[in-house]
Amino acid sequence: MRYIPNSPEERAEMLKVLGLSSSEELFRSIPEDIRLKRPLKITEPLSEPEVIALMENLASRNSASQRISFLGAGVYSHYSPTIVDYLIQRSEFFTAYTPYQPEVSQGTLQYIFEFQTLVCQLTGMEVANASMYDGSTAMAEAVLMAQRITRRQKVLLAKTVHPEYIEVLRTYTKYTDTEIDFIDFDEETGLIKRDDLSQLSEQTACLVVQSPNFFGIIENLQGLAEEAHSVGALFVVVVTEAISFGLLKTPGEFGADIVVAEAQSFGIPMSFGGPHLGLFATREKFVRQMPGRLAGIAYDKHGNRGFVLTLATREQHIRREKATSNICTNQSLMALAATIYLETMGRRGLQEVAFQNVQKAAYAKRKIKELEGYSIPYSGYTFNEFVVRVPGSAEEILEKLRSEYSIIGGLALSRYFPEMKSDFLICVTETNTKEQIDNLVHCLKELR
Amino acid sequence: MSIKKVRQHPTQNEPLIFERSQKGRIGYRLPKLDVEETNLDSVIPEDFRRSDDLEGFPEVSEVDVVRHFTRMSTWNYSIDLGMYPLGSCTMKYNSRLNEKVARIPGFTNLHPLAPEEEAQGALELMYRLQQDLAEITGLPGVSLQPAAGAQGEMTGILLIRAFLDKRDGQASRNRRVMLIPDSAHGTNPASAQMAGFTVKTVKSTSEGLTDIEHLKQLCSEGGIAGLMLTNPNTVGIFEKNIKEICKIIHDVGGLVYMDGANMNALVGVARPGDMGVDVIHLNLHKTFSTPHGGGGPGSGPCCCSAELEPFLPVPRIVKEGDKFKLDFNRPNSIGRVKAFYGNFGMMIRALSYIYTHGAEGLKEATEAAVLNARYIAHHLANAFEKPFNSDCMHEVVLSHKKQARKGVHTIDIAKRLIDYGFHPMTIYFPLIVDGAMLIEPTESVGKQDLDAFIDAMKSIAKEAEENPQIVIDAPHTTRIGRLDEATAARKPVLRWKPDMETMTKTA
Repeated sequence: MRYIPNSPEERAEMLKVLGLSSSEELFRSIPEDIRLKRPLKITEPLSEPEVIALMENLASRNSASQRISFLGAGVYSHYSPTIVDYLIQRSEFFTAYTPYQPEVSQGTLQYIFEFQTLVCQLTGMEVANASMYDGSTAMAEAVLMAQRITRRQKVLLAKTVHPEYIEVLRTYTKYTDTEIDFIDFDEETGLIKRDDLSQLSEQTACLVVQSPNFFGIIENLQGLAEEAHSVGALFVVVVTEAISFGLLKTPGEFGADIVVAEAQSFGIPMSFGGPHLGLFATREKFVRQMPGRLAGIAYDKHGNRGFVLTLATREQHIRREKATSNICTNQSLMALAATIYLETMGRRGLQEVAFQNVQKAAYAKRKIKELEGYSIPYSGYTFNEFVVRVPGSAEEILEKLRSEYSIIGGLALSRYFPEMKSDFLICVTETNTKEQIDNLVHCLKELR
Repeated sequence: MSIKKVRQHPTQNEPLIFERSQKGRIGYRLPKLDVEETNLDSVIPEDFRRSDDLEGFPEVSEVDVVRHFTRMSTWNYSIDLGMYPLGSCTMKYNSRLNEKVARIPGFTNLHPLAPEEEAQGALELMYRLQQDLAEITGLPGVSLQPAAGAQGEMTGILLIRAFLDKRDGQASRNRRVMLIPDSAHGTNPASAQMAGFTVKTVKSTSEGLTDIEHLKQLCSEGGIAGLMLTNPNTVGIFEKNIKEICKIIHDVGGLVYMDGANMNALVGVARPGDMGVDVIHLNLHKTFSTPHGGGGPGSGPCCCSAELEPFLPVPRIVKEGDKFKLDFNRPNSIGRVKAFYGNFGMMIRALSYIYTHGAEGLKEATEAAVLNARYIAHHLANAFEKPFNSDCMHEVVLSHKKQARKGVHTIDIAKRLIDYGFHPMTIYFPLIVDGAMLIEPTESVGKQDLDAFIDAMKSIAKEAEENPQIVIDAPHTTRIGRLDEATAARKPVLRWKPDMETMTKTA
């Protein structure tokens, strides 16, 4: 095996030093009756060209990866500068582990510190952690944190939060006393129904709202924090399209207590759903209730600035069952990718990419709206996603777009909302050209 | 200009990007907007937009970014640089082949909500990996959804909870005790808590094994939902009574979860399913060499018995004829633990690792990993206290007992090891050994490097006797000395702000 440095001769020599005559004897402490007496039923070892050919073959059967696509719904196609993937492949980054030994991990610690700062700047919050697995688990952790802080169990959740995030929350809270109530959305605007905020009570731990919401609508977050705070609940904001931070008013400005987001958009490939990147930010006063790792500044005895993992007393390796979360390994390399992405795009780049998303989506929305038979059911403002209502079945139209025109036109909302048979969610990013959009519009027209 | 200190060298003195930022620098170019522009106010009114113009966000050129990260990277130790013997972390070689195949555009550009018929390759890849992991663990039900070990653990414990609730109905309420050995990883109790269990701690014997008598006693107290056991355990010793342990738990109606963090000692040699274990999680970033990435992404598949399979997270990947499908219709499922299907990119790498090794290579890697650890244990057993006599598997635990007499503690030994060119071992874990040093060389280290490591450790032991201060003051060769972590935790500074002190603090 070429990954094992020692030759059979060297291994024999080492065995001899140990007074053993065969490798089998290394396993004497495993009782005979539970030893595997046959080879594993796994392929013969493959050579490098064979592995590549096999993987290429599997990849070639993912034809969706080559199609012109307008899929979003929590995972987005964006341009990523070449240097992002180049730099994260430096051995020193990707073959290191959690920076337990700061003297030999300053590279990792400094980028985590930069990442935390960038997340604070984007969200308008005071502290951010070193990352969570993804947006869905970050939201579940936010709810658990709000429950710890308020010592309350009820959650008031907008129905327009990503359906898979809600499913994850249900799993995370399955065996706690959590009670989840929902805020409906307005059929006209697609915005949350303000009337439903009357469900807020002295038992509510937190109010959770996603913006832009699952239907792409930018919520008006004004006043929501006040509503939540008036009953002693926390206000949690969820964002699945992190590019929107480049343009939209920050949740921090709206008084959010916890902001969680999916940041796959920041230079991370879609990769069939993972690895992606969860962001988690909050107020300084809640930092000791926060899940996950935190890097902070520390000085050596000469006064030189460095970085360490800090406030570890919140974490599982110290607090065990009383920890703020069970999370250990997070998504550090993805946080690195996002950091490089954000620093390369920089202040103006992030603004421009957000602007282009808005403009392209607005263009597509206008063109589709003009089509006879098609409509845009919700009047709320949108970022880069919006719902289209079709004559008849959305699934059928999407299927025809795919089979007849090789376009993946978006997501049939019936996947998550069986009653929404005529609606589909479309996403337009800076990677979609005018030509692609015009072609989509043309095909939709043909299919009517 | 004379360079007095290494730190003054620009590559050693890279500031934060915010300190490097210069107004007007640009590091990107996008294609020109090709659609006719709409008045922004009519699309998103000003009240909904940021008012800070992203003030304070970095403005740097592409070259700045490349130098910034390249310089910082050189301050890290990494597997590609040398031996990284972090116990319980399995810091083995991460092959470039795995990186290459994970970057095939047919994988990276695939949207998780793409039509199933156009994502057959990805689904087949997952299906194949599930099958191989089932074969390796001897447990037929596999979910690849958990994002990391701790989440795999949580999934496993939720399966146990769901199973008990289904089997016992209301009576399950009286079964809320999860037994966890005192040597366990901290994620175990934290995960058990998330499934609504109360933790009771099982003691270890002086041999470093689970105390069977104590286990029986705790079981007799009733209410047992299950046991979370690491095997080989966290002191690197195989729990030889595992079958009996499983039987004790099963006899009182509980289930056994095995923490698979140490699976690198077992692949191809013994299977948890054959030991009586009901459910296990694996760490693809440990045993199956997906990169640790400075702390993730991980991937923590959960493998379980046929009995527990109906409770696995949705969706399941199933094969119907020669088509692969996502099956959402699992009424007993615990639900989703993560959006979509898991860290797919890590699955590609793990499968590439498995195929590159084949059955024989996997076993060979296990043998080499155990041999390397045993070789270290053999050579260091005199210089350092070895708290347990039993033969170790893939990692060995030592303690600072001998050195502590001279005022040299585990932390000092770890820091001094850096001066000898090695990443330190895991320190102060497991908690049951005072001043623990947990050393896991993995199979990816050759004899010369093992010998160099052994020499370094012996040399440190000698220094501790003859010149303890040099060890206590270590490291001496890094760009930064030991950092004041206590002050950092007392007055946490967790983000950059414009008025921040720069590289050094004037005392």
